[in-house]
Amino acid sequence: MSAFLDIPLPQAAASAPSRSYWHVVWRQLRRDPMALASALVLLLILAAAVFAPWLAPANPYKASMLRRLLPMASEGYLLGTDELGRDMISRLMYGGRISLLMGLVPVLAAFGIGTTIGLLAGYAGGRMNMVIMRVLDVFYAFPSVLLAVAISGALGPGMSNSLIALTLVFLPQVVRVAESVTTQVRQLDYIEAARMSGAGAFSIIRIHVLGNVLGPVFVYATGLLSVSMILASGLSFLGLGVKPPEPEWGLMLNTLRSAIYVNPLVAALPGALIFITSIAFNLLADGVRSAMDIRR
Amino acid sequence: MSAPLVSIRDLSVQFRGNRTVSALNQVSFELGSGEVLGLLGESGSGKSVTLRTLLRLHPERTTQVRGHIQVARQEVLALQGRELQLYRGGTVSMVFQEPGMAFDPVYTIGQQIAEAIQAHEAIDAASARQQALRMLERVQIPQARRRFDAYPHELSGGMRQRAMIALALACKPKLLLADEPTTALDATVQIQILLLLRELQRETGMSVIFVTHDIGAAVEVADRIAVMYAGRIVEQGPVAQIVGKPRHPYTAGLLASTVGAANRGKPLMAVPGSPPDLAALPPGCSFAPRCASASNQCSREFPPVRSQDDQTLACWHPLHPFTEAA
Amino acid sequence: MNTTVAYQAPVHDRGGPAQPLLVVRDLKKYFAVRGGLLERTRKFVHAVDGVSFSVLKGKTLGIVGESGCGKSTTARLIARLMTPDSGSMIFDGDGVAEFGGIELKEFRRNLQMVFQDSFASLNPRLTIAETIAYGPRVHGVPAAQANRLARELLARVGLEPGQFGSRYPHELSGGQRQRVNIARALAFSPRLVILDEAVAALDKSVQAQVLNLLQELKAERQLTYLFISHDLHVVHYLSDQVMVMYLGQVVESGPVEHIYGKAAHPYTRALLSAVPSMDPHHRTQASPLNGDPPNPINPPSGCRFRDRCPHAQPVCEARTPTLMAVGGNVSHQVACHMNDLLSGQFETIQEISV
Repeated sequence: MSAFLDIPLPQAAASAPSRSYWHVVWRQLRRDPMALASALVLLLILAAAVFAPWLAPANPYKASMLRRLLPMASEGYLLGTDELGRDMISRLMYGGRISLLMGLVPVLAAFGIGTTIGLLAGYAGGRMNMVIMRVLDVFYAFPSVLLAVAISGALGPGMSNSLIALTLVFLPQVVRVAESVTTQVRQLDYIEAARMSGAGAFSIIRIHVLGNVLGPVFVYATGLLSVSMILASGLSFLGLGVKPPEPEWGLMLNTLRSAIYVNPLVAALPGALIFITSIAFNLLADGVRSAMDIRR
Repeated sequence: MSAPLVSIRDLSVQFRGNRTVSALNQVSFELGSGEVLGLLGESGSGKSVTLRTLLRLHPERTTQVRGHIQVARQEVLALQGRELQLYRGGTVSMVFQEPGMAFDPVYTIGQQIAEAIQAHEAIDAASARQQALRMLERVQIPQARRRFDAYPHELSGGMRQRAMIALALACKPKLLLADEPTTALDATVQIQILLLLRELQRETGMSVIFVTHDIGAAVEVADRIAVMYAGRIVEQGPVAQIVGKPRHPYTAGLLASTVGAANRGKPLMAVPGSPPDLAALPPGCSFAPRCASASNQCSREFPPVRSQDDQTLACWHPLHPFTEAA
Repeated sequence: MNTTVAYQAPVHDRGGPAQPLLVVRDLKKYFAVRGGLLERTRKFVHAVDGVSFSVLKGKTLGIVGESGCGKSTTARLIARLMTPDSGSMIFDGDGVAEFGGIELKEFRRNLQMVFQDSFASLNPRLTIAETIAYGPRVHGVPAAQANRLARELLARVGLEPGQFGSRYPHELSGGQRQRVNIARALAFSPRLVILDEAVAALDKSVQAQVLNLLQELKAERQLTYLFISHDLHVVHYLSDQVMVMYLGQVVESGPVEHIYGKAAHPYTRALLSAVPSMDPHHRTQASPLNGDPPNPINPPSGCRFRDRCPHAQPVCEARTPTLMAVGGNVSHQVACHMNDLLSGQFETIQEISV
């Protein structure tokens, strides 16, 4: 009679049900006050931006030379007006839509495209890997701001062009992370075991490699969000992004420059929002990173 | 009978983190000068924790240590600052499992051994180098002169282990702690290192605590063996007695499940189950869930440690009870 | 325990019991060592250098050797995780040539492997039931059936499926994970299972449990094992035949009683006497070999063991010994000039007791 059959249950197993990895991460996040606060702030900003058409008190495009640069807490204009007399609250809310879009979309795009390229490069190895990585190194060699400005300048102003420019700036970084993790994972025994089952390369990548690569890349990408916000606003500030009269925080910073001596508080508002959003993304990313670290 | 070199009484170590892990529970033993003690156990038994506590290597903030440790008439748990620095390496030294671990990869091994010597003795650099070279020759590294200027990655596993022994012995410690020094080595190298340790111990007269999970290695070097399970010592005694007539069911289980020619063709007498979770130890004897001789008392109450001559035992239903049966 | 586990009968047993299940001839695998930019001659690691052996059906072949001997590389070559530089392999009478695609995928069902690192062998993101079911799914088995098979296999290896099926690898102990690896290998109903140091990383008490399990499964499913290990005790317990490797070559092979009782090669004898003694009154007094296992890059000419061998002679440097029968017994072979009448250095081989 086999002695191994009567295996007593390990103590931990009897009490706790099995939890998936993302469930554990979520629980860790819930206990982190910084991450929660940042998430709340971001949620508010996002809600204000999304529901701007319903929430904004005035038309963001309606100018009035009479009511230029009203200070904050003026009657009817809680946050004052800008240099063309447009209500700041509405401008900021509508501006949030564009700014957030310009911040989020490039990171999402880089995440999707970059992970795919990184997976392919990492799994293929050899010559193909070298070719892909060296091509991307050319882009990686430039500082992000410089590269963003250069590509934007080459493509011309406009929102879609700056989105493309920003995506291209972030792409090499994401690919680098994805490729490095894929290369590590590829050497582990469970990949060999999957090959022994006769699985094809795509099946192995999809089921075994992807899940383990998404984690680190996701962490890296959330860290990019804050940078993206600032770069996007920076491009608009330089006149390479959105054109007036569209509201956009970076652009607003530019046009309100002349008002610094007249109404400094109002002039600083768009900057304050860029700052708050960026910091909130940063802190949230930190929280996610720690939560994903504590898995064992 | 002279005072023992090492005296550990009721040592308990807990790690506090997300969960509180009781790594050691009321561990007590003594070691005379020139004696070799083998600490035998599996993963989670607490054998490595014992060694690290002897050197105070655990982070102070998250570790709670209670009990008494006396080495060469010094209260180890009370040492601070310079005293502690002199104690580590000078009185007690350690050899690790991974041969590469003790060495900094950017310095030659000769430099590192000489540095250790200078940290403990007030001599000049040239004499320290001479002493370091002599140590390398003593651990039988071939072409010691050349190896003196070698970097750790240029040496093979066996030679790195010899170099680590040289480093550990450079300051002539009274007690050498060896944490599974041969587990990561090939068979032919392993026996060389075991013989080397035995020879060095005879030459220097130092005491050795040798931690291993391999009974054969323990038999080759130890005078006495202490068997650990789930943070406690369940049985201690001279090596011939432990191997020949074990009293505790766990020791007997370990010996019986030793694979070899004798069992060929028959199923092995395996100890069922697996080692317990140290954060959630069952009440009573930790081995009871896996023990064939367990009774209700075993699950309720932890057996007291009884001793006779130089043996100790903690078991309600030993296979060979002490003759002075209580 | 139930024996009504559903498994398919072996794919097809072509040649009958007398035909070896696996015949390997002259397997070679060299790895190029990247030298500096200006290096002319490329150095090679002779990982596997002309290895030949055969495994009979239902038997266990143990492969022993120290680090650098090439046993793990040999295992991976046989498992087709790497392609050999030269050599041939015959599986139950069929040549296993350089095929790929569908044929290789089908062939993989015959041969499975259990790795040493039980944790790295399991995808941390999948539950263990999903891991076991993955293989059959790859071969087109529908999900429900694959899951049922996974649960049956879990039960067979002693892990209760209701309790363990939805667990993740980090929630199991080493011994439990290794059982999962065994279950995964069995999901294909393989005929040959390669165990690459499968029990080396386990605690001794758990090791015995897993070894018992392996023996039972072998009898139940008519498996053939290729057991690679550095632990001579375990090999002695499990194997029917033993093969000793040194620096990429086979130095001795034969039935287990011959290898352990009448070893003919000096390296085998050194390896056997290097095992620590279990008797405190008769401890080992002298080390059988000095120095470390040598570097597999550019090995010595002739017999590779000659610079550590106590019996080395000039002929050992001049000519490489080939595997030849010992004393007329064709099943026990050794590659040593002392065994070769024509070498001019024939010595009587002493018997040792282990």
